[in-house]
Amino acid sequence: MGPVPEAVTTRPGYVRRFTVTERIVHWTHATAFFALLATGLVLYLPSLSVWISRRNLVKNIHIWTAVAWAVALVAVFVVGNRRALRDSWREVEALDRDDRRWLVGGKAKQGRFNAGQKVNVILTVAFAVLFAVSGFFLWLGERNTTYRLDGAVPLHDALMFASLLLLVGHLYLAVIHPSTRHALRGITRGDVREDWAKKQHSKWVNPDQ
Amino acid sequence: MNDRLIGRAGFLGLLGVGTAGLFYGRNVQDFVGRVVPKQLQAIVPTDGWRIYTIGDSVPNISPVSYRLAVGGMVDGPRTFTLDDLKALKRVEQISTFHCVTGWIVNNVHWAGFRIKDLLDEVKPHAGATAIRFVSAEPGYDDSLTLDQAMLGDVLLAYEMDGGPLPRPHGAPLRLVIPDMYGYKNVKWITRIELLPKPTAGYWEQHGYDVNAWVGRSNGNGPSA
Repeated sequence: MGPVPEAVTTRPGYVRRFTVTERIVHWTHATAFFALLATGLVLYLPSLSVWISRRNLVKNIHIWTAVAWAVALVAVFVVGNRRALRDSWREVEALDRDDRRWLVGGKAKQGRFNAGQKVNVILTVAFAVLFAVSGFFLWLGERNTTYRLDGAVPLHDALMFASLLLLVGHLYLAVIHPSTRHALRGITRGDVREDWAKKQHSKWVNPDQ
Repeated sequence: MNDRLIGRAGFLGLLGVGTAGLFYGRNVQDFVGRVVPKQLQAIVPTDGWRIYTIGDSVPNISPVSYRLAVGGMVDGPRTFTLDDLKALKRVEQISTFHCVTGWIVNNVHWAGFRIKDLLDEVKPHAGATAIRFVSAEPGYDDSLTLDQAMLGDVLLAYEMDGGPLPRPHGAPLRLVIPDMYGYKNVKWITRIELLPKPTAGYWEQHGYDVNAWVGRSNGNGPSA
């Protein structure tokens, strides 16, 4: 396991939580997610399909949004701060003893990401990969039924429901819940208050420093 | 166990379960369809239907003013009201609906009439070998050979699952040909023509096979 990046002070009383690259990845994914969710629901729910109709248009927006999403993420990876992404992913993957205790409801010190955030990232990335794979087979199978997989439609549907649940929890914690909503500043402006970080992420920002 | 392996195992496990879902997801969906109450179908359409249209809006046809025009190579071209069509010998069947995009709806209960009983009313010419169905959706049509149209489970339906055919499903009249993909099952039919040979329908002009046999067309086997 690589060294956990140390908290860097950006201005008095604030520490950097996310690099520009990480923030761009987040907002690229978030924007694409909402566009794909909106168009996907129109394609999926009969009541919306009847109301909006224009299936070809909606479907084209859905498919090209997905293509733009993938291209944008690859582009960010190519020109962005790969090291920051790799380090963050390593932190996310590392669910240590404290994280495991925290996940089952116990009190434990947390690093730059708490265990819930780690699980959220793992779920989000896995869902994104599966969305992309099942979506690709939906697209391909429609052109040539040889490549049609029985479960592509149910999987794509199930991922939508799972992602929606995850999104509701994510939005609640990021925007509403009093003790966590300061994290929103981290993903918009990059830095967070040091005293907040010390309290919420004490293994990341050492309180003795 | 290495801490890092836990997160990675979780991630790869999710991908593994998801990939298995690509192949077995339909079984799960069938199960979910049995446990989700009917009242929730507005948000969880577990009956499996997706509503596909090509136009800007879904045709909204009054059953009272509805007229079906039957013409082309026939001795007696005429129009039918919905009551005229309901006076034809009623048939019911339960069949499976396959969309070319991969979703399937099992055990759809249709009621309507056989095409032969309609054609007996208009007397097709001997040279007519194909039948074209024109939808109220501008630009949408499709055709079958008469042999295909005379298959034992082909019907023109005005009822579905015990009630009048719903608007999203083609009210007041749609074609049902279970052996072919949904795009041949024209909805909102307002005109029928007898022709010397089949013409390429909307989706066939966009690359799909004319003979859309389920499981043996559109890249999968010979389409004949």
